[in-house]
Amino acid sequence: MKTYEKSAGFFPVFERKSGPAKDATHYCPGCGHGNVHKMIAEALNDLGLIDRSVFVSPVGCSVFGYYYFNCGNFQAAHGRAPAVATAVKRTNPQAIVISYQGDGDLAAIGTAETIHTANRGENICVFFVNNAIYGMTGGQMAPTTMIGQRSTTTPHGRIEALHGNPIRMAEMLATLPAPTYIERVAIGDSKHIMKARKAIRKALTIQAEGRGYSFVEIVSACPTGWKMDPVHSRDWLIEEMLKVFPLGVFKDESENRDENSWLRRCDAYDPAKVDEYLDRLKSTLGDAAPVALTNDLHCKFAGFGGQGILTLGLLLSQIGMRAGQHVSWFPAYGPEMRGGTANCSVNVCGGRIGTPLVDTPNLLVVMNQPSLDAFADQVIDGGTIIIDSTIVEGRLDSTRLRQVLIPATAIADEVGTAKVANVVVLGALVAATDCFPREFCEDTLRAAIKKRSLVDMNIDAFGRGYEFVKNAR
Amino acid sequence: MAEKTALDVPFMEVNSELCKGCQLCLAACPKSVIAISEKLNSSSYHPAFYTGAECTGCGLCFYACPEPGAIRVYKP
Ligand SMILES: Cc1ncc(C[n+]2csc(CCOP(=O)(O)OP(=O)(O)O)c2C)c(N)n1
Ligand code: SF4
Ligand code: SF4
Ligand code: SF4
Ligand SMILES: [Mg+2]
Repeated sequence: MKTYEKSAGFFPVFERKSGPAKDATHYCPGCGHGNVHKMIAEALNDLGLIDRSVFVSPVGCSVFGYYYFNCGNFQAAHGRAPAVATAVKRTNPQAIVISYQGDGDLAAIGTAETIHTANRGENICVFFVNNAIYGMTGGQMAPTTMIGQRSTTTPHGRIEALHGNPIRMAEMLATLPAPTYIERVAIGDSKHIMKARKAIRKALTIQAEGRGYSFVEIVSACPTGWKMDPVHSRDWLIEEMLKVFPLGVFKDESENRDENSWLRRCDAYDPAKVDEYLDRLKSTLGDAAPVALTNDLHCKFAGFGGQGILTLGLLLSQIGMRAGQHVSWFPAYGPEMRGGTANCSVNVCGGRIGTPLVDTPNLLVVMNQPSLDAFADQVIDGGTIIIDSTIVEGRLDSTRLRQVLIPATAIADEVGTAKVANVVVLGALVAATDCFPREFCEDTLRAAIKKRSLVDMNIDAFGRGYEFVKNAR
Repeated sequence: MAEKTALDVPFMEVNSELCKGCQLCLAACPKSVIAISEKLNSSSYHPAFYTGAECTGCGLCFYACPEPGAIRVYKP
């Protein structure tokens, strides 16, 4: 006895789907995605893999994979499904990971991820639904659109000289050494469909056995995008598409690869290891008992590249880290090494930090005029702005912010080199905020500055910046 | 020989509410025992239905159908 019916690989009811009709898919009548979904759900259930499977859906009509598959689900950014799948697989090697993608997703915006995932031979399954069009966005040309095929962006049909030829992804990927199994199948007539079913099962089995990367290209109908009824769509698919996208196995190394020989793994995320690493980092700064922090600092430091803006951020982060506080440092700079603009965001907080980006700082350091113009408005009311008055001509005329002027570059020059202007600013910052004790900061600087011969000059620069602000009060 | 019960013969059935009337099952059935209803379902599709005899239980209509829950085939 046998019944063919909705597989337990699907949710019994598609609760995540909006609107009524929570038993039907969101696909158009005759859409091949539904057939492929059915075969994947059935295979995962039959092979006993469903409970450890993770389905990564793309952007495209199949974006809602998580409505349907009764397993773990991710929805990736357009074209990035194989990269997400790589991360899921490497951190959870026991998981069965599926990167399900359309032709726009896989062969246009995600071409790079597609090729490199295959080239690395990730132990995942890529199920590639080639319907020769961008279905979801209303029928634009895809890389796989046929010569002569009309689409909204090729209203007179695809022309080789203008748009290039349809891309044969299976053949291209089969030239790479790493993939284990590459086949092209179709949702055409019943024979094609049963072969497709077999290929999907084979790919999943290869993954479950740790034999490597599989790529199954499934030529599939999009009656809506093609502007044909479902039955004619399948006829056109068989008669026209299969000429350009011949079916067959392009690579099969599954017999030659031993079980579990093809796992690319990285150890699962382990918070203890991160702590261990941070402790090691911290210990290079010398042991210290925790030092209290008066107020959380959310800083933006900005100036020209070459002024030591990023280093200023690092030094403050190191002081905060050695004090036992939570810190983050996030640089942003232009393509130029010198002369361009640079800024960094630094958080020093008593509690955990959500994002390393600082959009609304309570402390801003500006070491050039453009930075003052760009960032002063972002500082929160009552925040502090420290201006290198040697370089920046502008001054704040509002009392909304506390303004600390320090001729940091001139002071640094007196100390010995303008390059330590950032450390003069650091001294000023510590004095202006009283965030940590002076001696504690100086001790940290001694450990953080790797070049021994520069330590004294930096301590001098720090001290002068500190005193300048304290004496000005 | 005992009399044949309903469960001794293969059959297919369509959930007419989940059917989208694409007719791919009709095209796939080697026995041509599926037809399209005159009536509309609540999603405004003309659903398929089993004409009532000679299904072999081959399951081809099931795989031809894109909808997970529209077709059920029973083969003793
Ligand atoms: C970054 C980004 N660029 C563009 C889009 C618009 N977009 C949505 S789906 C899609 C193409 C989908 O085509 P395909 O991958 O073939 O999937 P199908 O719908 O045909 O199954 C595009 C370009 C987007 N959502 N995100
Ligand atoms: S637009 Fe095309 S790919 Fe998208 S659901 Fe409709 S038929 Fe399927
Ligand atoms: S199971 Fe086979 S014979 Fe029966 S209705 Fe479906 S396709 Fe026709
Ligand atoms: S293939 Fe499925 S959706 Fe299409 S007509 Fe037949 S039962 Fe209905
Ligand atoms: Mg497509």
